[in-house]
Amino acid sequence: MAAAQTRASASPAAILRDAGLFALAAFGLCVPIVSYRTDLGNNGLELTPRWGLVAGLCAAVFVLRVVQRLVLERRAARVALTPSPHQASEPVGAEPNAGQRLPRLGLPLFVGFALFLPLIAALASGGLSPARYWIDLGILILTYVMLGWGLNIVVGLAGLLDLGYVAFYAVGAYSYALLSTVFGLSFWVCLPLAGLFAGLWGVMLGFPVLRLRGDYLAIVTLAFGEIIRLVLINWTDVTGGAAGITSIPRATFFGVPFKAGPDGFSGLFGLAFDPMHRIVFLYYLILALALITSLVTLRLRRLPLGRAWEALREDEIACRSLGIDTTKTKLTAFALGAMFGGFAGSFFAVRQGFVSPESFNFLESAIILAIVVLGGMGSQLGVAVAAVAMVGGPELLRNLGFLKAVFGEGFDPNEFRLLLFGLAMVAMMIWRPRGLIADRMPTVALGRRRAIGKDLVREGHG
Amino acid sequence: MDVFVQQLINGLTLGSIYGLIAIGYTMVFGIIGMVNFAHGDVFMVSTFIALISFLVLTALGISSVALAFLLVLVVTMALTALWGFSVERIAYRPLRGSFRLAPLISAIGVSIFLSNFVQVAQGARNKSLPSLLDGGLTLFERDGYAVTLSYKQILIMAVTSVLLLGFWYLVQRTPFGRAQRACEQDRKMAALLGIDVDRTISLTFVLGAVLAAVAGLLYLLYYGVVSFSDGFVPGVKAFTAAVLGGIGSLPGAVIGGLIIGLIETFWSAYFSIEYKDVAAFSILAIVLIFMPSGLLGRAEVEKV
Repeated sequence: MAAAQTRASASPAAILRDAGLFALAAFGLCVPIVSYRTDLGNNGLELTPRWGLVAGLCAAVFVLRVVQRLVLERRAARVALTPSPHQASEPVGAEPNAGQRLPRLGLPLFVGFALFLPLIAALASGGLSPARYWIDLGILILTYVMLGWGLNIVVGLAGLLDLGYVAFYAVGAYSYALLSTVFGLSFWVCLPLAGLFAGLWGVMLGFPVLRLRGDYLAIVTLAFGEIIRLVLINWTDVTGGAAGITSIPRATFFGVPFKAGPDGFSGLFGLAFDPMHRIVFLYYLILALALITSLVTLRLRRLPLGRAWEALREDEIACRSLGIDTTKTKLTAFALGAMFGGFAGSFFAVRQGFVSPESFNFLESAIILAIVVLGGMGSQLGVAVAAVAMVGGPELLRNLGFLKAVFGEGFDPNEFRLLLFGLAMVAMMIWRPRGLIADRMPTVALGRRRAIGKDLVREGHG
Repeated sequence: MDVFVQQLINGLTLGSIYGLIAIGYTMVFGIIGMVNFAHGDVFMVSTFIALISFLVLTALGISSVALAFLLVLVVTMALTALWGFSVERIAYRPLRGSFRLAPLISAIGVSIFLSNFVQVAQGARNKSLPSLLDGGLTLFERDGYAVTLSYKQILIMAVTSVLLLGFWYLVQRTPFGRAQRACEQDRKMAALLGIDVDRTISLTFVLGAVLAAVAGLLYLLYYGVVSFSDGFVPGVKAFTAAVLGGIGSLPGAVIGGLIIGLIETFWSAYFSIEYKDVAAFSILAIVLIFMPSGLLGRAEVEKV
């Protein structure tokens, strides 16, 4: 990239040669993983050559590289024409207004849409039952929004990279599952308990590890997350092992069960019984939980604690020299994040009706982290948008018929979801390393409020 | 005693594979101070390259095991090196000078990408290869329990030893090794003295990937089964080995690898096989919390 900008204009031959090199590299990467597919045949693995696919991929890389080079050329030419050399680099306060206005309007819009989604879905598809797909999808997305907002406290605000967040999700889910199946406690008693347990676990795990440097901290949280999952798999007497815990009691409308008959929800309110009532209730439950997470975060950012988090994210050493107790500050962020993870976990358990360790593997942590990172680490709206795009997007693509026509009958966009997740994480780090710049605006400032420029966050000790 | 000797052999075999992977972690950390989270998945990619290469060679009718092994070794090393190079070039180089967690997040992205790339390209099922090398030496036999050293284990230890010797020579005695060590000590100063730092970092990734490729091939031979998700756990264990040995220290990575291999096999043999991964993860956490500089590493000084 840099080379392309210094050489103001490369000859078309040079561009073609460069793109050819890229295609060659792509060819090397495709051999033999793409070029031969291994399938279990009658006598061992059998190979199916797929050279057409390889050729297609290489051609795509070639074309993309040519386009990229041409775009870069044009940009370089434009930069050469502008008089000031400073304009070439990113300005320090990159349009704070445009970035700021969007979140201010966006979050209420998002919440408003989320509030009316069941109604819209029911009207659009003609009845509650046909709308079930949309409401279920909404529940799924909101679960991830909530998890993202919870993790956002830890990663986005306090700047602690937590790769084991799913452990707290698991603690919450298993707390509810065990408390309700063994002790017969209701969901409404278990929900705060699950959050409490997860928060306690957060403190317990957080206490020894929070002295560690950023990337070591990330690895240790990963290790703890995996340990919890492995214990859940192997401690069969309590957790049911890999099979998990089944027949977890369902949520009640504050004590009123969703069932047919006079003492059920529909009987009490004089409605005709409809199993969809429970689904809609679950939808609003997770929406409320997510909004609580968001509200608490927004309020905390205005407290000294929240400011300490942000300061910690920017520069830990400066924080320490100003007398902020970094361990305690980190611990509160960790515990709060864990608590919201626990709430989300118990919601997961009550919605699914069963829990198993499979739902709490590292990939889940990575997905939640990806949502936070893509959302721009610290931005509430960004996380919501990322969750919608990343969880809802592939779901929607699956229903588009023409994709199946193009890529064949067995095409499932969900397969490619994680592939795109990974690529998007890398791309985000390269082009938008700290998310939407506007959210680097300090909550409190001395004198004029200025966005924290890219040059200032370079060597952050997060 | 017999069981002990047998487990010692098994542990050292496993440990040498972990050691080979751990070198990739430790070199990269030494030179640019990042945890290359995707290294385990580069290792996994190499196992697939090796697997398919074996199948292609079999299809071509090459029946000599030694020749096939050598060809596969070369092919796997070359192609995995290309992977290591590309990953560094695309995902890490643009991030140099970014904030500290950026490369780690990018590496997690690469890790997710690689495992799912292989899953999409090859399917989610486990792939198994018939054993290429059977039999072994019986060291001694008592009360019906034979302590054996299989040919596979001999091969793994021999290849690892030869490779480590060559690698040691490369780092200690060649211009590249000098440049690599110079960049590790002070990147800015090395650049001022005319060392092409970017090229050295690229080569470091390539070298790490080559060692991971050898580990991948040996892993495939030893276990005979690979799957797209196989990068994660061996990767974390190798990283544990690197941390245990003192991250940044090359002999430390090998020693750490051997120790992790031994702990894992002894743990499985004497305590419980279910919790063997818990043991590895616990060691990782304990070492990082209480002994972050490891056995042979230098204590890190935080400069402002």
